[in-house]
Amino acid sequence: MEVTCKSMPYEAFKDNEYIESLVKELQESGTNVVVGAFDKLINWGRSNSLWPLTFATSCCGIEFVSLGAARFDMARFGWEVARASPRQADFMMVAGTIVNRMVPVFRRLYDQLAEPKYVIACGSCAISGGPFRRSYHVAKGIEEIVPVDVFIPGCPPRPEAMIYGIMQLSRKLKVEKFFGGVNRQESREEFFKSHPIAADAD
Amino acid sequence: MANIQDTIAKKFPAAAFAADNSAIPQITIDDANLHSLALCLRDDCGMDYLVTIVGVDHGQSLGAIYYLMSTTTHELCSVAVSTSNREHPYIHSVADVWHIAEIFEREVYDFFGIIFVNNPDMRRLFLSIDWKGFPLRKDYDDQDPKLNPISIESERQSDFTDVYVEKNGKVVKTERAIFQPDDFVVNIGPQHPATHGVLRFRTAVDGETIKKIDVYMGYIHRGVEKLCEKLNYPQTLHFLDRLDYFSGHNYHHCLCNLYEKAAGIEISRRAKVIRVLMDELARIASHCLFIGTYCMDLGATTMLFYTLRVREQILDIMEKTCGARMTFNYPCIGGVMQDLHEDFVKDVKALLAVLPANIKEYNKIFTGNVIAKNRMEGVGTLSREDAIAYGVTGPSGRASGWACDVRKTRPYSIYSELDFEECLATEGDSMARFKVRIAEMEQSARIIEQLIDNIPEGEYCVKVPKVLKLPAGQWFEMVEGCRGTFAIYLESDGGTKPARLKIAPPCLPLAAVVDHITQGSKIADLITIGGSLDYIVPDMDR
Repeated sequence: MEVTCKSMPYEAFKDNEYIESLVKELQESGTNVVVGAFDKLINWGRSNSLWPLTFATSCCGIEFVSLGAARFDMARFGWEVARASPRQADFMMVAGTIVNRMVPVFRRLYDQLAEPKYVIACGSCAISGGPFRRSYHVAKGIEEIVPVDVFIPGCPPRPEAMIYGIMQLSRKLKVEKFFGGVNRQESREEFFKSHPIAADAD
Repeated sequence: MANIQDTIAKKFPAAAFAADNSAIPQITIDDANLHSLALCLRDDCGMDYLVTIVGVDHGQSLGAIYYLMSTTTHELCSVAVSTSNREHPYIHSVADVWHIAEIFEREVYDFFGIIFVNNPDMRRLFLSIDWKGFPLRKDYDDQDPKLNPISIESERQSDFTDVYVEKNGKVVKTERAIFQPDDFVVNIGPQHPATHGVLRFRTAVDGETIKKIDVYMGYIHRGVEKLCEKLNYPQTLHFLDRLDYFSGHNYHHCLCNLYEKAAGIEISRRAKVIRVLMDELARIASHCLFIGTYCMDLGATTMLFYTLRVREQILDIMEKTCGARMTFNYPCIGGVMQDLHEDFVKDVKALLAVLPANIKEYNKIFTGNVIAKNRMEGVGTLSREDAIAYGVTGPSGRASGWACDVRKTRPYSIYSELDFEECLATEGDSMARFKVRIAEMEQSARIIEQLIDNIPEGEYCVKVPKVLKLPAGQWFEMVEGCRGTFAIYLESDGGTKPARLKIAPPCLPLAAVVDHITQGSKIADLITIGGSLDYIVPDMDR
């Protein structure tokens, strides 16, 4: 199955093996004809109107502003409705460094996002701490705090890279089984099982 | 300066005079005489602007160095105080002499644990209330993850602050409530679109009127100063792109100037011209984004698209030469990283051709708009005296009538040869701050016009030693960033790494003045005032 986004040709994506393995895994036990059709319909809508949370701590946030302006224009893809409240947003683009003091706030914002929710780690600080990794007051990557769906490398990533990253997220959305498994709640215990560092801190 | 030395020597026989390596006179004094010396310096010697307070750890002793500047003669001087008691280091506060010292002293306390006696607000500034240790002390182990682990639980809050006062010759800790008992306190931030980043205000309101704002910082404190102590000199440069990410060129310019002075490197004129060109382009781009986001804060979303058009054009010019859109890391020790792109002159001329029409358009769409006028005129007025007392520099300070442009007051690089005006206003309100920035864009264009046809031939980067060692000593350097006076203090012990690198950003005073400037305003005006000050949170937090 060729999963693509907007008019991007399938070959233009660089990680098609990954999305194919994802599709294979999801469809291993077959798909119900009715539910599958509904999934397709709802995913078509979801993947074309991803609403980001306005969440920027540093430099990457300014590139996110550029992304919203006329030149890169993310409105072409239906991502322009940046929400100031996490309760109205679909995904969170973590643009910037997350430091010790910000961690509880960040975690609360994540908890406030309505399911199904997604996180994009944008820029090297969010991925690993980046140039500030050895600092006494910086989290070494947000993956220790919340589950991450897409990583966008760069310092800061170019707006084109951000577009590519969000496209990857919308591809992921397209193959999900909305009525099957995505629309679930992961319990706190389950989350901590897969994130031992956050559990230590708890 | 000689007469200042005479005045001080007469009044304070205990004071010792020296000069640091940047030829800034330094007065060393004991703690007991500090407060009266501060008063004397401010009132009798005209040293009315406190640039920064640098905390230092010399192993046996802890100390603070106060950098002062006169707003009339533009002379600099510094005052050094130290204490040998590492367990209970006390220094007397000067917060009643210069307002801004209150927050500077909090910063020194946060990093070094020096307690300032009589400071009305001796809390941590960037780090949480339960933070263990003082990170910039030399004996702090910053690689120990167990010392201050990351927690997802909300940090402890306190409505009280510590005040240390002297009673019968002993220093006693007392508590003071931040708000009045019947205050209604609203929390704004850190995740709030109007705070321009992650800044938090605890706002006491009476109906819609603001009574007091307690500013919380540190939500993006990345410990740059400590990180710099582990890196060699060229490696420290790249952090400056990530403080105020719009003034990357200007900040690099400052640190490169400082290293070059310390190492005795003379750079080519071509490199100097390229640096100034880049500084001014960065200033235009920065003010463009300011106008866009500020108007967006006030509800005029369309302006963002107009101003970002020019900004993108400038970013294209920079990308061709520097290879990046935002974190350029372009000026380096000895000059600049690489030569100008062949299209540079052509592109800049194309920019200069469209800029006046664009500025005219901004004024037409927004500045003359009746809603904009009503929301900005007379809102958040800051007097000249308060601007100096709070150290509010840059366009915000100049809007209050304080001529504080470092390019004019202490010209560096080739600025003394250039013909441009310092943009001043007298109103001191949000509208004045907005207009000063628009006027500055025109002046920056004027500087670029003078230089673009006269870029001299020569090498863009002179040869510097592969391993750069600086002689032991201390240096201080200031430049004009896009948001105000940016200063760096460097202490070297003769090695390849800085022993202490203190970054004095312009945005910390800008955030500290919010409480003063908003008192009595409506809560909706907080957005107008905060936006017009144009602070960048990663810059103040570092």
